Amino acid sequence: MNTAIRVDLQLIADMVAPDTRALDVGCGDGALLAYLVNFKRVDARGMELSQAGVNACVANGLSVIQGDADTDLRDYPDNAFDYVILGQTLQATREPRVVLRQMLRVGRRAIVSFPNFAHWQIRLRMVFGGRMPQTTSLPYKWYDTPNIHLCSIDDFRALCGEMGVSIELAIVLNSKSRPIHMPPLLANVFGEQAVFMLRRD
Amino acid sequence: MLQDLTDAERKALAQCRHAVLGSERPLRLDCGVDLGPYRVAYQTYGTLNAEKSNAILICHALTGDQFVADRNPVTGKEGWWENLVGPGKVLDPARYFIISTNVLGGCLGTTGPLANDPKGGQPWNLRFPVVTIGDMVRAQAALLDHLGVPDLFCIIGGSMGGMQVLEWAASHPKRVFSAVPIACAARHSAQNIAFHEVGRQAIMADPEWKGGDYRLHQTAPARGLAVARMTAHITYLSEQALQRKFGRALQNRNALGFGFDADFQVESYLRHQGSTFVDRFDANSYLYITRAMDYFDLAGGHGGVLANAFRGSPTRFCLMSFTSDWLFPTRESREIVQALNAAAANVSFVEVASDKGHDAFLLDEPEMFRTLSGFLKGAAAVRGLKGEP
Repeated sequence: MNTAIRVDLQLIADMVAPDTRALDVGCGDGALLAYLVNFKRVDARGMELSQAGVNACVANGLSVIQGDADTDLRDYPDNAFDYVILGQTLQATREPRVVLRQMLRVGRRAIVSFPNFAHWQIRLRMVFGGRMPQTTSLPYKWYDTPNIHLCSIDDFRALCGEMGVSIELAIVLNSKSRPIHMPPLLANVFGEQAVFMLRRD
Repeated sequence: MLQDLTDAERKALAQCRHAVLGSERPLRLDCGVDLGPYRVAYQTYGTLNAEKSNAILICHALTGDQFVADRNPVTGKEGWWENLVGPGKVLDPARYFIISTNVLGGCLGTTGPLANDPKGGQPWNLRFPVVTIGDMVRAQAALLDHLGVPDLFCIIGGSMGGMQVLEWAASHPKRVFSAVPIACAARHSAQNIAFHEVGRQAIMADPEWKGGDYRLHQTAPARGLAVARMTAHITYLSEQALQRKFGRALQNRNALGFGFDADFQVESYLRHQGSTFVDRFDANSYLYITRAMDYFDLAGGHGGVLANAFRGSPTRFCLMSFTSDWLFPTRESREIVQALNAAAANVSFVEVASDKGHDAFLLDEPEMFRTLSGFLKGAAAVRGLKGEP
């Protein structure tokens, strides 16, 4: 069995306690789900927008349904999961606030990862290039991007404050997906993405 | 209980097992009648392991039977799910103890309208009590008790078989470790009831039907039953599949006949479907089983809220639907998924792309096989079922 998963997924997996229940929203090919099931005995379920992704996950023995973060979280009862995970998807939802609120209704904790739109490379490209920035974590053109609600790490912190959501843990990753330890002001410049663990207050 | 069998029943029972149940405790049917004793004809493949943890129940559709993976003794055709069940297949008897029954109300060995009423000794015919999907499941559960099978590793079925799977999961959650309802719904839609009613009216309009007592009069409502099957068969296919298979191609002629023979291949095909069906299926049984499907409404028995049928369910579910199925469209499977989510149940759902319509679940659909295989692998790992799939 291949045990290696993407670094950001590994970080999320490390936040999940063994023998718990987790829902991975936008689970893609199910790499994180499989890891949680196999190595942490988590009762892990997935939701994925693409039918091809769903079918591949289920053929791998994972519990996955086709669904949309924006509309389908409301089907679940309160506190159905210990964790609801949303990896690199928040910025593509139509209503990020509603999605976050739903995640924290359905799960006791929410784990969210997203690209930082205030990363220095993006800042430079905007200031000096004068064009919509394309980077490794945001490779799309302005006209075909699914990312309609991009934010910076500071934006996200501010939203959590407005929503009365506690940040239990925040990990900022550099462009090599390594955690960096800096004060928030600098992290918002040098972080390419961030992983937050949230809890209702 | 083996007197007065039809030829088909005699042939079937010679090639499968049967149990006579309900002699001491009759089966309380949903209609209020106590049925007993009654016979359940069934087939098994493989053996029950020492832990009794590898049993799989396969539920058949409206006109299916217990001969899942061996030759049907009436039609001589191979088992209806032989591409799924057998050595080296997804459901391998070397690994699982596979059970399939003929449903209550059926005509291939299990008690139905063909049987004799124990009080009076005359064939039940239309005096047989109306049975439901719930009654079918209760008879299957009684058979499992009889066989000493405490619970099911998995229960699988398509169409009406899927309804039985849902009913099993709702009424015996602790006996169902995993459940695979395919191409089905939690309740029969108005359109589906309407199609069944057309079929039943065709049978009952046939003068040979004789109020259901055709065997007494040594007749058979073959034309009515054939029309019922022709109508139903259209609903099992898709518009694309019919177009691809037949288009407007003519049957054994180069020009239109300007009459009412089967000019078109599609007509000839349907007539063939109708006429072969009457050789293997009983008209009264068709009335009863279609009625059971019509009556199925899982939410109805749970305060109108489908999720209530699955509250606290420990079962792992895997639903499948097919893109071109208009009899049990994906929407209906999705409603079940939503209800299962509302009950926080463990559920997977795969929509398989196919242009073969509702019948796709009986055909060679690699995506369906991959899904089922992966789902069973995951379930077996959680169950601790030994041996590689």
